[in-house]
Formats: sequence, structure tokens, C-alpha cells
Amino acid sequence: MAAFSYFPGCSLKATGVAYEESLLTLFKILDIPLEELEDWNCCGATSYMAIDEEDAFLLSARDLSLARQAGNRAVLAPCAACYLVLKKTQDYVRKYPKIREHVAQSLAAAGLPMMDGVMVRHPLEVLYNDVGVDVFKEKKVRHWRGGPVACYYGCQAVRPYDEVDRPHNPTRMDELLRAVGVPTVDFSLKTKCCGGSLTGTIHDVGIRLNYILLKEAARKGAQAVVTLCPLCQFNLDAYQAEIRKQTGEGLNLPVLYFTQVLGWALGGDYKALGMRRCISGADLVKHWFAREEVETYV
Amino acid sequence: MFEQNGSVRIGVYICHCGTNIAATVDCKAVAENAATLPGVAVARDYKYMCSDPGQTLIQQDIKDHNLNRIVVASCSPHLHEETFRNAVAKGGLNAFYMHMVNIREQDSWVHTDKKAATAKAKDLVRAAVRRVWFHRPLERGRVNIHPDVLVVGGGIAGIHTALTLANAGKKVYLVEREATIGGHMAKFDKTFPTLDCAACILTPKMTSVKAHPNITLWTYSDVTRVDGYVGNYKVQVTRRPRYVIEDLCAGCMQCIEACVFKQPKFEDEFNLGLGRRKPIYIPFPQAVPQVALLDPEQCIQFKSGKCKKSCVEACGERHAINFEQKEEIKEIEVGTIVLATGFKTFDPARIPYYGYGHYPNVYTSMEVERLVNASGPTGGEVVLRDGRHPKSVGIIHCVGSRDVSTNRWCSRVCCMYSLKLAHLLKEHTGAEVFNFYIDMRTPGKMFEEFYQRLLNEGVHFIRGKVAEVTDWALDPTEEGKLVIRVEDTLSAFVRRIPVDMVVLATGLEPQDDAQEVRRLFNIGCSTEGFFLERHPKLAPVSTFTDGIFLAGCCQGPKDIPDTVAQAGAAAAEALALIDAGFVETEPNSAYVNEEACAGCKTCIPLCPYQAISFLEDRKVALVNPVLCKGCGTCVAACPSAAMQQNLFEDEEIFEEIKGVLSYA
Repeated sequence: MAAFSYFPGCSLKATGVAYEESLLTLFKILDIPLEELEDWNCCGATSYMAIDEEDAFLLSARDLSLARQAGNRAVLAPCAACYLVLKKTQDYVRKYPKIREHVAQSLAAAGLPMMDGVMVRHPLEVLYNDVGVDVFKEKKVRHWRGGPVACYYGCQAVRPYDEVDRPHNPTRMDELLRAVGVPTVDFSLKTKCCGGSLTGTIHDVGIRLNYILLKEAARKGAQAVVTLCPLCQFNLDAYQAEIRKQTGEGLNLPVLYFTQVLGWALGGDYKALGMRRCISGADLVKHWFAREEVETYV
Repeated sequence: MFEQNGSVRIGVYICHCGTNIAATVDCKAVAENAATLPGVAVARDYKYMCSDPGQTLIQQDIKDHNLNRIVVASCSPHLHEETFRNAVAKGGLNAFYMHMVNIREQDSWVHTDKKAATAKAKDLVRAAVRRVWFHRPLERGRVNIHPDVLVVGGGIAGIHTALTLANAGKKVYLVEREATIGGHMAKFDKTFPTLDCAACILTPKMTSVKAHPNITLWTYSDVTRVDGYVGNYKVQVTRRPRYVIEDLCAGCMQCIEACVFKQPKFEDEFNLGLGRRKPIYIPFPQAVPQVALLDPEQCIQFKSGKCKKSCVEACGERHAINFEQKEEIKEIEVGTIVLATGFKTFDPARIPYYGYGHYPNVYTSMEVERLVNASGPTGGEVVLRDGRHPKSVGIIHCVGSRDVSTNRWCSRVCCMYSLKLAHLLKEHTGAEVFNFYIDMRTPGKMFEEFYQRLLNEGVHFIRGKVAEVTDWALDPTEEGKLVIRVEDTLSAFVRRIPVDMVVLATGLEPQDDAQEVRRLFNIGCSTEGFFLERHPKLAPVSTFTDGIFLAGCCQGPKDIPDTVAQAGAAAAEALALIDAGFVETEPNSAYVNEEACAGCKTCIPLCPYQAISFLEDRKVALVNPVLCKGCGTCVAACPSAAMQQNLFEDEEIFEEIKGVLSYA
């Protein structure tokens, strides 16, 4: 398979480091080469867009331009925010001549080529479309030891662009997980808000949104939540102690990246998949994943 | 130059159309410019050329100025060509000495720059002035109208049209693609706002259709080819095999009883999958014709050839069941056609956040019609798919309607049928009923009163577009329920309303094959896909194809009273044509200049109307002017320019082009 320009963004180097670890491990198992984009910069995320949209496009345009220069046509953006901002930049540059001109001038001033023709991909959609559910069925080497999980897609990866999955009822993460023997529940809140940055700004509202998601996942019988976005993962994982204290409810669910679960099923190492970085349900994670034996069967 | 009755003397008339034209085109300047053109004897502008004084003006000028050619620059010929032709004829001139220029639809309405629009009007008028020099006097032909009528679609629209025509003594062919007539109305329980039982008012009409000596009813049949023209359509109808001979079946249902499937197993289409039927079945108790049909996809005899055929045994001496039955082709001749092909309901699976197909207790309104119906799959008992009886029901309005992401139009009937279903569900179950609406639209006789009645009955109305139907529960009261999340826009907060049953008031859409039907009958469609009427106000049941009329929801969403009214109007329009006995045709047919015709026969296979024949003795082509529709294909194809067309002679077209291109 052709190499991807891997664009980690800030999250995968910090709060979401388990995402990077598990992604690199999984892609290595699947033999898909990733090359980290050299000299990448902040994607601007949603916050810069809100302040100065026109200049915000320049940040992600530079990243896309670097990918073009590197000769790798497809950028792999695992973070949902990065993915959305890169897609949006591409889309707006294509649709609005004024933005296009601004971007072209700025890139030219920096001696960079125009960012046309660079594909932006998300790992979920790459694993689903390019690798395929059947390959996961074949390559599975471990039996799932845990309980049912709730697949949580969040907002940015599936809306408004619909290449990752269907905007209102995405199922690809469920399909991939089920292919490696992980039972998933019908999680009605799979695309509802995790609070985003509200946990840092209007804390009570952010906490409430996370509480709703976790409670519903548990009510549906899920013993863990699996996600594809570092911000969702962080919000759901980091505040459970606070939620327990506030509500008196014993919510303690591991919040995993789908790459961790898939990587483990395909024989990835506990450490190499960043499992030890889980905050909530850490004991359960250990119980499910830490035993070393690999069960191989034909 | 071409001369007739002495020299050419042209009158030019520029219409203001109130301000429709005059606001964008300087009509006076156009008239002054026209006055300078060769041959023009008089040029005027006038506020409304189509008015009586406007027409009189032309007639007076013909006398006073001895005019022999007329150019009228106004609206589209679609609207007033006939008006001005008649005016000119009354003034004593052959009607075809008049030519019309469209400076409204093709000029003033589509431009804003007055200077440029005026220049364009001058060019168009100049072209017409040069053209009319070459006009010749022409006579209209006559076409007799075959008195038989084809009605396509056997819903309430088609039924009413067919009965009206048959009662007037006309022979009617009613073609229906389903196995029974009745359409959507046969599935309804009650009708709003009177709460008449739909079956009680419909089935007598259905049986009248079957019994009427003037109606030939062909169900399970499709119109597969349409040839001809107004007054003389040749139609091919294909009757699909139902594997039960219609004339021999008595509708006794013993074959159904005897079928080797002891229990009904297959999804019952009439009950939208809520009930079950056997491979041999009659769609519903009051079906017309009361004749069984057999589904070869399910019948064991068809699948393996090894059934013991207890149905045949049960039928006994009648020998009505015939596994060998083949489709049957019927060729008929009719003068007029009424299309009453109906609608389909919006598929709510297209809106994933309303949960249809995901949560079993989310229903479409049509499903609920069957659920509350005494002859429905549950005998009128409202039992949910999970076996419970609902204690609370939410009805969501405008599903698929009034939304840019699905259909933009209002489906017109949903508010009223939602009220009806709210009433029926409350009556049947005693449940608490919530209606979620964007706007209540109840214009119609006794409609608003019905709404007030529902308000008094204690049905809840919440104004707001529902965000989603979900099963996530915030607290124990929501456990096991469907939660409707909605912004209540009258009290300005977000509500969560837990209910047992959700009803989606799905909108009306064109039939899936509306485009194919449109092409088959050579009529137009609006952008939404409903069949296009000739004029939205003044010709609401006519189409742009003469002799073809529209009735019911194929033309746009409407309720039963409006459908029946339109069906009556379509029947009346057809009767008007039939009783006139003939129509006059445009004299725009092609003709052959025999001296130039080389007898190459290029034109013959190109004619879509089979209007050209070949005279073997003289070795030239001949056009039948009655069959010719004036499409011009043969004229363009003729290698020796022997084929010419009235009103579109080479000189006329070349002069027109020269006129529009010569900047003066």
C-alpha cells in the first residue's frame, strides 16, 4: 500500500499519545507505511477558525502544501479536529476564489506549492475501505476477553463531510470491531457532543455532557467506550472521578481508541498500544489486555 | 421581393403588458424603430395589445392602412398566439399573416438593463418584420376525435374520472398496475374532517367501475406504448399474468383456503408488511376485481414444480388457476387520455435521526392507517410491533416535507391526516397524543373546525421541528420509551417527551417511475417531478400535449376533495374535446417540393410519427399533413432541400436570422 503522510497534530503528541502509539503499532502490523510529515504545524483547529477564518486556512494549507512537496499524496489525520480542518480548508479553497487567492499568495510568499490534489484521509476510513473488514477477520490472533463496548464517533469526523462514515448513523467502527470479535452495543449517542473544549471553559456543562454519554453507554450494557477522536477520549476518560463524586454513580469505564482495540486483536503489545495510559477503568484494562499470552489460531 | 395582393404593408404592435414589458423595454423607441423598417406601414405601442381595444386597434389599422402583414411583439405565443391570429382573421386577413415576437419571457423578464433589453427587442422585431414578408396564407386542418378515453391509474382520481366519462356515455379503458383498483384511499381508515369511513365511500364507486357497461377495467396492467396524437392515440397495454383467469374466477377464496401454506407467511403489501398473506391471495376483502392472484416468486409450483396443487383441486370445475398464463398485449385506439397515476409516500429511512427501521415502534402514517383499520392486520386493535399497547403517542409532522435536504414542498395533507390519526389513536387506545408541528395548515372546508375539536379533545400540540427520536434515557420515566427531543418554539425551551409509539407524517412524492411515464406520454414534469399542467391557474388539468389531461396527486399533492374535483374537471375537458368531434390543427406540416425530391427516402425512417410515405409511381416522398406534427426533422435531413415546412420555410428562417443579426 502507498505510504501516507502522517499528520499527528498536537493531540497525538500530548494527551492523545496512546492514539499515536496504537496507530503506529496497528499500521505496522498491517504493513501500511506511515511517514510523519516533516516540519508540520498546528492545524488551527476550531478555535482559530472562530477568530480569524481567513488566516486560519493558511495554517492547514501549509500542512497540505508540505505533504504535496513531500510527494506523498494522501495525508493521514487521525485527530478528528485536524481531519475536519484540513478537509474544510480543501473544500473552501476549492469553492471560494477569494480564499483560494489568499492561500495561493501566502503559500507562494513562503516558497511553497499550491496544496491542490492532496488527499486527506482518516484512519477509520482507510482501515474500512483500503484494508477491509475481511482482512481483520483473517488477521485476528486474539480472543476478545472484555465485555461489550460502545463505539463513539463524536461530531467532527462524520460531519459535515461524509467520507469517514454516514453522518447520522455511522457504523464502520462497529463493523471493524465486530470483525475481530468485539461485541458492540446500539449506542444511540454515538455522534452526540462530548463537550469539546467546554470542559475547560464552561466546566459544568462539559461535565454534564460527558456524564450523559457514559451513563447511556453503561445503561446499554457497554463496559467500555471506544472512540476515534483524542478530544472525545480525553473528555470521557479524564473526568470520570469528578463525575462519580458529583453524581454518586459508580461510572468507571475504560475509554479506548479503536486503534488500541484493533491493534490488540491483531497481536499488538500492551505497552506498544499505549494501554497503560488509560485513566478510568484502569484495572479493567489491565485485566482485559495485560496478560501476555497470544492465542494464535488458523 | 415576394409580393402578394400588391405590395407588402406591415403593421407592427409593441405591447407594454402593463409594466411587465414597459419597465424594462422602451416600447415607444421599439415602435419608432420599427416604423423605419422596409415594408412597415404603421408601428404602434399600446398598454395591453391582448385587450379588446388592443385587438380592435389592429383590425382598424388593417382597414385604414390596407395592411396585409402583422407583427405583434408581446408575451409568449403559448399565451396569446391564438388571440392575435383570431383578431387578424376577424380583421379580414389570413391568420397566418401574423407573426408573434416574445419580448416578455425572452426579454423583459430575464433582463434588467433597459438599454440592452430595448436593443434586443428592436432586433427581435426587425427579424419578425423581415420574416413576415414571406408568409403565405395557410389553412388549418381538422382532426376527428375518437370518442373512447384511456384513464391511467385506478385510485380515487382515476375511478372518479372513469365513472364521470362512462356516465356521459363514453367508452373508457381504465388501466391499473396493481391487482386491484382503489389506490391509496382504499388503505385509509377514515377520511378527514368528517371521519367518514374511507372504504364505505370508496368501495361503492369501485364496484360501479367493475359493473359499468362503458368501462373496460384492466388491472395488473401497464401502458407500454403510446403513439398518435390528439383525437387518435394508439395505445398498447400489457396485462401481466396473475395466473388466475379473471373471467373464470368467482372470488370464492377456496384456493387461498386450500393452499399448501397453512399459515399466511409472506409480507402483505396491502397492509405494508404489518400482516401476512399466502402466495395466492386477494389483496383485500373489497378488492375490485374480486379475483385471486398468484405470486410466482413464492408459489411452490413455480419454484419447484412439485406442489400438490391443492389450489387447483379446490377451484375444481372452474379451472380458473392457470400456471401457464402469459402476459397479454392489448392494442386500443382512444381520442383522449387522462393520467391519474398518483403519488408515493416519502421513505422516512432517508431521515436517520427519526429512527424509522431502527426502532420498531416508529411507524409511518400509512402503517397506522392499517393499524387502526377494522379490516387491518390487527382488526383495528393498536398493538405495537413489540406487542404492547401504547399509552402515549407522538406524531411528527412534515417528515420529508418543507425541508431543503429532502423535499421543499408542503405535502398539503399531512397536517389534516395527522389530526385524524391523533383522534383515532386516542379513540382506540385512550393514549396521550402529542403532535409536533412546524405550522398547522388547515385551510379547507371544516378543517380549522376539526383542529379546534382536537384541541378540545385534549390532544397536545407542540410547535417545533423534532430533532430526533431516540432511546437514550435520562431518568427512569424514560426507561424503555422512545424519547422525542424537540425545541418547543412557543415556550422557548428544549423538551424531551417520552412516548411508546412514534408516528411519522410522511409527505407525498412523485411516483418512482414518473419520469418514464412522462416520456411515454410525452408530457412535462415540474422540477419536483410532478406532472406539469399547461397553466397553473388557467389550465390546471391540461398538459402541453393536446388530448392528455391530469387528475389527482400525479400533478401535485392534494387531498381527496381536491382530487375528486380535479378528476371531474379532467373528465369534463376530455368530454369537451369528444363532443366537439374534431380539433383544428396547426398548418405547420412539412410538404415535398416534388421537382426537387430525388426519391432518396432519407426522410422516411426519421419521421417519429410515420407521416411520410413514398410514391412508387412518381418516385417522390409524400407527407400526410394530419399525421405530421411539424417537428422539422425531415426538413433538416433532406439533402436536396425538397422537404419544406409551412410557417418555417427556408426564406422565412433565413430572413429572420438576417434581421436579428443586422444592427441598425
